[in-house]
Amino acid sequence: MFTYTILILLLPFLSFLLLGLFGNKLSHKLAGLIGTFSLGVVFLLSCYTAYEYFVTVGRGASGVYEAFVPYNITWLPLGSLHFDMGILLDPISVIMLIVISTVSFMVHIYSFGYMHGERGFQRYYAFLSLFTMSMLGLVVATNIFQMYLFWELVGVSSYLLIGFYYTQKAAIAASKKAFIVTRFADMFFLIGILIFGYYTGSFSFSFVNELKLADGVAAFIPADASRAMAAGSFILPTALTLMFIGGAGKSAMFPLHIWLPDAMEGPTPVSALIHAATMVVAGVYQVARMFPMWIEYAPQAMSIIVWVGVLTAFYAAAVAMAQSDIKRVLAFSTISQIAFMMVALGVCLPGHETVLDNHAQLGYMAGMFHLFTHAMFKACLFLGAGCIIHAVHSNEMREMGGLRKYMPVTHFTFLFSCLAISGIPPFSGFFSKDEIITACFQYSPVVGWVMTGIAAMTAFYMFRLYYGIFWGTENKEAHAHHTPHEAPWTMTIPLIFLTFITMTCGWIVNFGSFISASGLDYPIHLDTKIAITSTVIAVVSICIATYIYKGEKQPVADKLQAAMPRLHQWAYKRFYLDEVYQYITHRIIFKHISKPIAWFDRHIIDGFFNFLAWGTHELGFQIRGFQSGAIQKYAFIFLLGALILMLIMIL
Amino acid sequence: MIQLNYILILSAVMMFAGIFGFLTRRSTLAILLSIELMLNATDLNFAVFNRMLWQDGHEGYFFALFSIAITAAESAIAIAIMINVYRQLKDISVGKLEKMKF
Amino acid sequence: MNFLSIFVAVPLLMLLGLWLVKGQNGIRAVMVAGSTILLIAAAVLTVMFLQERAVNDAEMLFTASFDWIKPLHIKYSVGVDGISVAMLLLSAVIVFTGTFVSWDMNKEYFLWFTLLSAGVFGFFISIDMFTMFMFYEVALIPMYLLIGVWGTGKKEYAAMKLTLMLMGGSAFLMCGIFGIFYGAGGETMNIVDIANQTNGAHAIPVEVQHIWFPLTFAGFGVLGALFPFHTWSPDGHASAPTAVSMLHAGVLMKLGGYGCFRIAMYLMPQGAQDLGWIFLILTGISVVYGAFSACVQTDLKYINAYSSVSHCGLVLFGILMVNQVAATGAVIQMLSHGLTTALFFALIGMIYGRTHTRDIREMSGLMRIMPFLAVCYVIAGLANLGLPGFSGFVAEMTIFVGAFEHADTFHRFLTIAGCTSIVITAVYILRLVGKVLYGTATNEHHLHLTDARWEERFAVICLIFCIAALGTAPLWVSNMIGTGVAPIVDHISSFATNASFNPFF
Repeated sequence: MFTYTILILLLPFLSFLLLGLFGNKLSHKLAGLIGTFSLGVVFLLSCYTAYEYFVTVGRGASGVYEAFVPYNITWLPLGSLHFDMGILLDPISVIMLIVISTVSFMVHIYSFGYMHGERGFQRYYAFLSLFTMSMLGLVVATNIFQMYLFWELVGVSSYLLIGFYYTQKAAIAASKKAFIVTRFADMFFLIGILIFGYYTGSFSFSFVNELKLADGVAAFIPADASRAMAAGSFILPTALTLMFIGGAGKSAMFPLHIWLPDAMEGPTPVSALIHAATMVVAGVYQVARMFPMWIEYAPQAMSIIVWVGVLTAFYAAAVAMAQSDIKRVLAFSTISQIAFMMVALGVCLPGHETVLDNHAQLGYMAGMFHLFTHAMFKACLFLGAGCIIHAVHSNEMREMGGLRKYMPVTHFTFLFSCLAISGIPPFSGFFSKDEIITACFQYSPVVGWVMTGIAAMTAFYMFRLYYGIFWGTENKEAHAHHTPHEAPWTMTIPLIFLTFITMTCGWIVNFGSFISASGLDYPIHLDTKIAITSTVIAVVSICIATYIYKGEKQPVADKLQAAMPRLHQWAYKRFYLDEVYQYITHRIIFKHISKPIAWFDRHIIDGFFNFLAWGTHELGFQIRGFQSGAIQKYAFIFLLGALILMLIMIL
Repeated sequence: MIQLNYILILSAVMMFAGIFGFLTRRSTLAILLSIELMLNATDLNFAVFNRMLWQDGHEGYFFALFSIAITAAESAIAIAIMINVYRQLKDISVGKLEKMKF
Repeated sequence: MNFLSIFVAVPLLMLLGLWLVKGQNGIRAVMVAGSTILLIAAAVLTVMFLQERAVNDAEMLFTASFDWIKPLHIKYSVGVDGISVAMLLLSAVIVFTGTFVSWDMNKEYFLWFTLLSAGVFGFFISIDMFTMFMFYEVALIPMYLLIGVWGTGKKEYAAMKLTLMLMGGSAFLMCGIFGIFYGAGGETMNIVDIANQTNGAHAIPVEVQHIWFPLTFAGFGVLGALFPFHTWSPDGHASAPTAVSMLHAGVLMKLGGYGCFRIAMYLMPQGAQDLGWIFLILTGISVVYGAFSACVQTDLKYINAYSSVSHCGLVLFGILMVNQVAATGAVIQMLSHGLTTALFFALIGMIYGRTHTRDIREMSGLMRIMPFLAVCYVIAGLANLGLPGFSGFVAEMTIFVGAFEHADTFHRFLTIAGCTSIVITAVYILRLVGKVLYGTATNEHHLHLTDARWEERFAVICLIFCIAALGTAPLWVSNMIGTGVAPIVDHISSFATNASFNPFF
């Protein structure tokens, strides 16, 4: 069963090979069609897999969806450990397949319009295919090492796509930064994996299959966890925390978030696919994947996830309020929303009677739910932003304003997505965010209120963005010069499709019946108090934003900015974190580590060997007087020596 | 009959005259003459030892002849070198022949 | 004659052929024919080896031995195990591609080049210490002329430095080899025989091992670019002509790691167990130090040379871990580094041949000007920084997993230090790629340069293919190497460590 799932990985890979190797020989249209067609098939296959998994096969005898492993081969044996490659289907990986293939398919279609006539069109599609393949490989990984392998591959495809416009300095710097920052985090991930592998004797995610009804906790202790226990109870929390650092790098958690805003230098559809919907949630997915281990072995360490998440959510929301580049606003909003998911996973408590308990670990479901809904509306927002950039040829908000009359489709899809992210019913974001906040309140009221506050900030900055683009001060001069126009159908259809999902997926199906901590069906029920509070707060924020930013003139906004110039400046400059990093990397690492090492190498070590050579040479030079070449002198010394020897022998 | 001692004394004198000349003379020609003197001293010794102490054998004579032949060749080469050096430097004193050193 | 001797015989025949033929096409014909035969022979050997290995579990296969200098117990003994087969394959690939890379070179160059490869092949098939040493020297000496005559930049200085430093290493090595020979009773130079002479205790007394192990290891370590004996590498590689850099970094540096493993550690297991920590620290330094140094270099070849120091450090690091996984990883790393760095040097040579500069500050935007070379350069860079799908990833992961099998703080610390190199590698590779390939071309002299010619493309594609093949399907190589590593590792670890020698335990 599910043997066809291998095609989900193979098709994009083949399309990558084809486009990568022979792309230059193909026409733009053909190359795009190959990529899009293969992704279309992948999309259908993913949907079919989900249908078969959730409906045809359905729940097993114990009431949970069983995990399937249609493929698992040993790729590389490593002594007692082994590095496997395979496909694991369980609720979260199947949902991720849907998310990735949907967004990727939409982006493929969209790119036809957006990238039309660009140089390197084939290369673009090749990289998209590579990315999709690696991301799909990541989510279906059967073991942590396979995840790491594809994790690196998505990192590289992100690098290549951010640097797509490789002649622009900003794009080069951004791609380099993204790769190095995530690579730095990956180092911790790798060390975490190595510790985990060594102490548990396995890299495998086989514990997901043991998750049954979780009263037999011992069932999913991997083969040799006794080693870990012997080494001390801190070992597994350490390993998991290190892995989380890796996830935090990929998911742009504070303080490793600095690469994501810069990553917006890539083409906008790429930002939608990689830097909003799929790759950046890999960290969330990783934590969700290791979730049983966290709950069982490191429940205390989960507070790290919570606080990192809360800090990131707040920081990113604060920065998003002051940015003027629309993609930057969306980027910080993404960071903030991913932090919501992280917080949701972190606020899960150990169950009372069984380890995995739907109620105590509501956040698990909420986090994955938010991942799903966020991917859809954030992709829609980014693609919408792409349409706008396509129309006005700028990322800056001051070039826009009043665009609603030029681009109606973009306008409405953008509006609906903004409503979704702000948490207004009946849009999907409302449901998922509500579950997260409920889970937070279960954990601690402080976290609950803080997250509610951040949700309000979200509504505010999203509508600031919305009004800044579609209402507000219109840059009439620029628009008269070059009238903005609605995007072609290839670009609007994905928008409409994603908006449709956003509008319906919150209430049309019960997400809790697919994913829940224990695997049992979990009917989502809205906590009325929290639902009403958060909706009211969101509406109030939207009203404030409307009041401030809707008008042609924005006296309040200007006054606010004038009143707090320092704060605005700090938020606009992202609290100068980039400068701090710049300082650390350039000043400290380059200037005070690399340069001295290079100097030391050239002058001290190499100098020593040169000194040896020079010393030998000098010694030879000093004693060359003995070899004067004057035979008479030699003969005299020879004679003298002979006489002395004779004398000694005689005496 | 001349006694062996006399001839040995003669050859010793020749030998030491040669050594002295070799060590002290500055002209390469004189040095060459000194070398000849030393070689002749040894040749004389070979011959006289064979004649006085080993009358049945002939090795001493042969060796002396052999040595004379080599000496001739050697002086021919040496003088040829000297002529060439003289052409280049207009001088054959050893003190001046330092160009090839080091 | 044994089948293996073909690897020495073919280069010798090539020398003869080169001497006889006239004209550039003749030379090329001889070189291509010879190196193709070598490549095929290596491939056939691999297949034969795998078949034979399945039925024969002797440590060395296809062995043969002829008396050479009898009174000194010197024999010409050959034989291969999994490690040497892998190395022969690597050498054959590099010689093959090196031929295409140095397409326009003259006859004398190829003569020395071929002699060099004869030495390399001879080294890998020998199992007699003396023969091995002799081939080692045969491989080193041509380097002096190849760099000194056909090099670029400060070539005389570099050639002299490289040769003298490696000769210094040979001096240590020679002492070490005689130390082992007499320590083991002065009866045989055969490696396998010496190793198996154990009667409970090892044939070589422990005190003797403590003297000769450091010397032998350092002697091979010089060639393996062990800190602090690595400084010949940047200068030497920077001045060497392209194919020589390839062969040197790709194969010759592997002689060091191979020798350390096969002679120093295998024959003196107690010495390795007791004193290995010293070298382990040095390799740890090499790995991080090389990577940091590479970050601030401005010459393409210097960057790659320091990167080699870092990666070869990882090879020695892996073998000093003395366990099956890490040592297998180290051998895979030898292959991987050999191929990747050869690819790098080939590309650098091609770029240098066009731009006439290797200074990264003077180049930019090459992606638009020579897309093929630039794309390949990016691929090489990604392979070098351990991207999955390329060989570097497999090697590094295997080494790290193996290194993690030691649970004590000393090894943990070094392993984690080693892991940091993957980040630093990314820094210098991306810096380079960003500066040289991306961006817009600022130097107008570069605007009219042409992309790669067919023979260059062919060489580059061969190398990339090998790297990708090793990276995507590592299983068979890993298994083959594993069969070679296992007896050695088992042998070494069958002797207990005397912890009193290591202050860090």
